[in-house]
Amino acid sequence: MKDFLLVFRTDLKTIPKASPEDMQASVQKWMNWISGIAAQSKLVDRGNRLVSTGKVLKSDGIISDGPYTEIKESILGYSLVKAESLEEATELAKGCPVLFIGGNVEIREINVL
Amino acid sequence: MQQNELIPHLFRTEYSKIIAVLCNSFDLTHLEIAEDIASETFLKATEVWGIKGVPENPAAWLYTVAKNKVKDYFKHNSIFEKKIKDAIKSDDIETEKCFEFSNQNITDSQLAMVFAVCNPENSPEAQISLALQILCGFSVEEIANAFLTKAETIKKRLLRARANLRTSNFQIKILSESEIKLRLDTVLKTLYLLFNEGYFSKTNNQLIRKDLCSEAIRLAFILTQNRLTNTTETNALLSLMCFQSSRLDARTSDSGEAILFEEQDKSLWNDELIEKGNYYLITACTGDALSKYHIEAAIAYWHTTPTGKDKWQHILKLYNELILIEHSSVIALNRAFAFAKVYGYQNAIPEVEKLNLDNKNYYHSMLGYLYADTDLSEAISHYNKAIALTKSEIEKQTLGKEIERLRRALLPGI
Repeated sequence: MKDFLLVFRTDLKTIPKASPEDMQASVQKWMNWISGIAAQSKLVDRGNRLVSTGKVLKSDGIISDGPYTEIKESILGYSLVKAESLEEATELAKGCPVLFIGGNVEIREINVL
Repeated sequence: MQQNELIPHLFRTEYSKIIAVLCNSFDLTHLEIAEDIASETFLKATEVWGIKGVPENPAAWLYTVAKNKVKDYFKHNSIFEKKIKDAIKSDDIETEKCFEFSNQNITDSQLAMVFAVCNPENSPEAQISLALQILCGFSVEEIANAFLTKAETIKKRLLRARANLRTSNFQIKILSESEIKLRLDTVLKTLYLLFNEGYFSKTNNQLIRKDLCSEAIRLAFILTQNRLTNTTETNALLSLMCFQSSRLDARTSDSGEAILFEEQDKSLWNDELIEKGNYYLITACTGDALSKYHIEAAIAYWHTTPTGKDKWQHILKLYNELILIEHSSVIALNRAFAFAKVYGYQNAIPEVEKLNLDNKNYYHSMLGYLYADTDLSEAISHYNKAIALTKSEIEKQTLGKEIERLRRALLPGI
């Protein structure tokens, strides 16, 4: 088994302002999905979601306010899973709730240092 | 109570108390002497009570005899004298105090014994066997019955476990705060397993099952009586045990067949135990700690409530939490069942199939159950696989009946 990082990306501007009920339903979807992976014994770390504000430090020393105003895909969060192959890890990513709000999941094998 | 019932009953309750108090006064290396004294005490009881009748206060009678037998040991056994009498100071007044069968001393000693027996150096099975023998007064045959194992296997298991206990150097007399902290997890786990051994027992003997469950509750209750062991986790575990036990009478038929939750006669649920479960769950929720016992108790709580709109939503949420802190195939399948209740059987099938537990009978019986509404032949095929995998005769019968029912549905008119 190898470890894989799942990175969830979406355009933060397209996320609608949700009502408390919607937010609760969304939490439930994420929980269902991540627990479904845990149920298969394939979850390494449920990971975290990221706060939407941030800074970007560039090589010329310029600091800007986050990358998301100029690019469409911001990182929403990440999780760590384990699988035999990249294909299997990709299979696990199916059903990730970010896919239903127009986002995507990037699946990358971890090259252990 | 008739005398022929009284002695086994007293044996169960008093044997472990006598052993605990004696061990607390000697130490664990002399566990056998304590057991000899306890056994001789009961032997004398059967002899004397048979002729003179049962005394007014049988327990007090037993304590007095046990105490006298200890004194005899002091007098007659020189090795014992040198090794132990020195250790616990030799004058008679001190001895008298050490072997005091006061309520407080019994409770303290039993607590200390629980901690001694739940020794992580022994395997969980060995710990449970030992607990049943030393803390609950079960015979080797009764333990073998509960585990559906040969008495010889249990005997060997106990011998090894006892050897470990003797060499472990666990100081039973001074149960320090740090030792309690170190071992409480193991103690709770052993009691949890002891309870499950009864609740999900392989044996069809209802009496043994109930005994196992009530002994686990009794020991968990002892933990709540001491400031150091009365943690929120302990209360959560006790709450879980109370909730589960409340359904013991309802979940098996007279012939020992398991009755599905939805088909249980709810009037057989024990309200008193449900109330106790509520009480301990509330106590368990007074701190910040959230253990798997908390979550399991909360799930068990929801199971005692009538099926409402959100019931299975709550249960699914709790299973989602549980699977993240502890993985087992049983939890994974129970979670899938809750998923089926919330999102429909059809949607749950892929969720179950992803688990890929081809070698587990309950994986197939669950799939059989989920397919039964939509794909009869698939359901029957899974039920057949479950029958081939299970060792329980009762389960084979139950599943066999279910297959018959589905076959009739498949071929109407036959």
